Amino acid sequence: MSHDHSLNPETMPHEPEKATLEGKNKFIGFWFFLGGETVLFASLFGTYLALRNATAGGPSAEELFGLDLVFIMTILLLTSSLTSVYAIYHMKNNDFGKMCLWFIITIILGFGFLGSEIYEFTHYIHNEGFTFTSSAFGSAFYTLVGFHGGHVLFGLCWFIALLLRNAKRGLNLYNAPKFYVVSLYWHFIDVVWVFIFTVVYLMGKVV
Amino acid sequence: MREVKVVSNAATHKRGFGAVLWDYLTTVDHKKIAHLYLFSGGFFFLMGGIEAMLIRIQLIKPNSEFLSNGLYNEVLTMHGTTMIFLAAMPLIFALMNAAVPLQIGARDVAFPFINSLGFWLFLFGGLILNCSWFLGGAPDAGWTAYAPLSTTSPGHGVDFYVIGLQIAGAGTLIGGINFLVTIVNMRAPGMTYMRMPLFTWSVFITSILILFAFPALTVGLFLLMFERMFGAGFFDASLGGNAIIWEHLFWIFGHPEVYILILPLFGLFSDLFSTFSKKRLFGYTAMVFATMLIAFLGFMVWAHHMFTVGLGPVANSIFAIATMAIAVPTGIKIFNWLATMWGGQITINSAMLWALGFIPTFTLGGMTGVMVASVVADYQYHDSYFVVAHFHYVIVGGTIFGIFAGLHYWWPKMFGRILHEGMGKLTFWTFLIGFHLTFFIQHFLGLMGMPRRYSTYLPNQGLDLGNLISTIGAFFMAFAVIVFVINVFYTAAKGEKAPADPWDGRTLEWATASPPAHYNFKQVPLVRGLDPLWIEKTEGKGKLTPSEPLGDIHMPNASILPFVMSLGLFIAGFGFIYQVDDKGWLAVVFIGMAITLGSMLIRSLKDDLGHHITKEELEREAD
Repeated sequence: MSHDHSLNPETMPHEPEKATLEGKNKFIGFWFFLGGETVLFASLFGTYLALRNATAGGPSAEELFGLDLVFIMTILLLTSSLTSVYAIYHMKNNDFGKMCLWFIITIILGFGFLGSEIYEFTHYIHNEGFTFTSSAFGSAFYTLVGFHGGHVLFGLCWFIALLLRNAKRGLNLYNAPKFYVVSLYWHFIDVVWVFIFTVVYLMGKVV
Repeated sequence: MREVKVVSNAATHKRGFGAVLWDYLTTVDHKKIAHLYLFSGGFFFLMGGIEAMLIRIQLIKPNSEFLSNGLYNEVLTMHGTTMIFLAAMPLIFALMNAAVPLQIGARDVAFPFINSLGFWLFLFGGLILNCSWFLGGAPDAGWTAYAPLSTTSPGHGVDFYVIGLQIAGAGTLIGGINFLVTIVNMRAPGMTYMRMPLFTWSVFITSILILFAFPALTVGLFLLMFERMFGAGFFDASLGGNAIIWEHLFWIFGHPEVYILILPLFGLFSDLFSTFSKKRLFGYTAMVFATMLIAFLGFMVWAHHMFTVGLGPVANSIFAIATMAIAVPTGIKIFNWLATMWGGQITINSAMLWALGFIPTFTLGGMTGVMVASVVADYQYHDSYFVVAHFHYVIVGGTIFGIFAGLHYWWPKMFGRILHEGMGKLTFWTFLIGFHLTFFIQHFLGLMGMPRRYSTYLPNQGLDLGNLISTIGAFFMAFAVIVFVINVFYTAAKGEKAPADPWDGRTLEWATASPPAHYNFKQVPLVRGLDPLWIEKTEGKGKLTPSEPLGDIHMPNASILPFVMSLGLFIAGFGFIYQVDDKGWLAVVFIGMAITLGSMLIRSLKDDLGHHITKEELEREAD
């Protein structure tokens, strides 16, 4: 098995992420892992739904949430998913440079999202007095949204580690599955955010 | 890029203790990981057994003062937790690791590194849990850790439960994913899904259950951790919390868990009955679909643990009917096992004895299961000894009988020696008699009103004799386990050397040496049907047709990183537990997490491409 040859357009298989057995294992294993993650977030959503009105006299969802910031966060994260699609598109075309560029844009957008979330949390804590321990609603809110934020942070670290490690190496069949899998992870985070946007913020404003 | 040299393939010459220890600390070989799971699971099984004996000694007579009430709660909690998470699960993982890659004709599992990580996470989680005994008291809120009992339990007992299970649970989850991918991707050519041995099938389905059940436990444990250590209010009514959320999350995990514990053994029994009856398994396809159906229904019935919570008649009825429905596919399995033996050439040895003992025992447990599933009657049975009797009939009569059967069956494959038959039979008979003495009578104790989890009972209420008999039975089981341990040591010293195929087997694991070379198969076999080895035998060849010419074999490198990652979490765990008392302990959290995340970073930055065993080396080795 020769992992050390960079690919050229002639030798590049159609699906480089699944061209080796290791790649195939990573690909399927990661899909299974995301299945487990789905249950993790489903459990957190269930807990949140059960407790979202349990404010114990503290601030409620309707009083707290400002949809303009959440809208910006949503745009940032959804766009970052799109840019990672471009990155994988360039991976399949064997254009390592453009792939890295689009991943870097993805990372910047991801940090924008994370920064907004940190701003949102500190705003609630310092200006609204809404904390993790102020009510069951507070505990459930920070746990659900915080778990998602933690996933975002982990994904960003993962992107950076991969880009640094492979910066001088180019694309090959050994690292193509790694890039593919991290982008899959990123899309998953995005999907979870769509649910958070709906269940936490929109429903918090409406119902 | 460099190819790293072979680390440890010279098993022929004698090595010092240090080298063997290092070998096991760094191994990524599924067969050695099976040994690790077996011995640590066995160790925890003995711990859980001692705890069980303490419970039964306490209950031998009314108003006994052998254990204080508080200590009784700890012993009871640790017995349940240890037996489920630290004994039964790892022993099943030992069997999975020992058999599945061989049964599908694979050289390895899909993720050898993760396989090793899964083991070390389990072990360090178990160690944290048991450290609680020496550090101010074990968890005492029952193995189900119901809130608010668990959230208000003083001391650090429940904290050890939360952290220990969290770490061990992560290990189980990644182990499950590993087996899923192994079975999907690593099967030998010709090994279609409908040619897989039933054990592999049930491990596959069990792994799906693990994948979807354990994250619910992860979340539950996080919530409990946040509540106890960081003042969250999920279960605290004064902050608007709801304790029933814990029950739901726990049983969304916990009910599939009992099927995680039983399904692999169903598969194992199927292989056993067919091997020792010299017949193809009766109703193979039906068995596969019955396993799937049991797994599916097993997910749908968690609320039958909560009938008395007050979910309302509609929810209770749905869960009751779904629960009773599980009896149908289970019945299919029982009848297929009987039909497999029907007209077969039956060999009765200690492995087969455990399988034969399992059928009536488990069936009894299944029948009381239908009784408990009836909502109206459950108001009488709930939290009484009737339930204790029921789940011991299922979990011991299914899982533990199955593990013993599997150990007697695969011991030659795992260690190259056959367990002593006489001692094996003595173990079986004393355990079987002791088991029924202990637990059969508990049905009646429960119907007469003896509640579970209580540390004592009053005299002259009709409970004295039953409890005495139950305790005597427990001593029989303890004796049986001691005989088994002696058998293990005896076999290691003087046991009969096993041939490759000691039982005239039908599946692929018997087609390779006992114990197998670390690459399992010199040439990956070509599978031509169900029971592939049997097909070759009936055609007079006795050897498998290879699917490939002899060539270089790619193998993964050993690594200490899984051990270090788990050690880091172990250290961080203590930091989390004690930062409640003194914020200085946060430093320990950071040190531990730095060790874990640092070794994860090393793993991602440093390529580990494994090594090759060359064709010449393989040719030199004797067949």
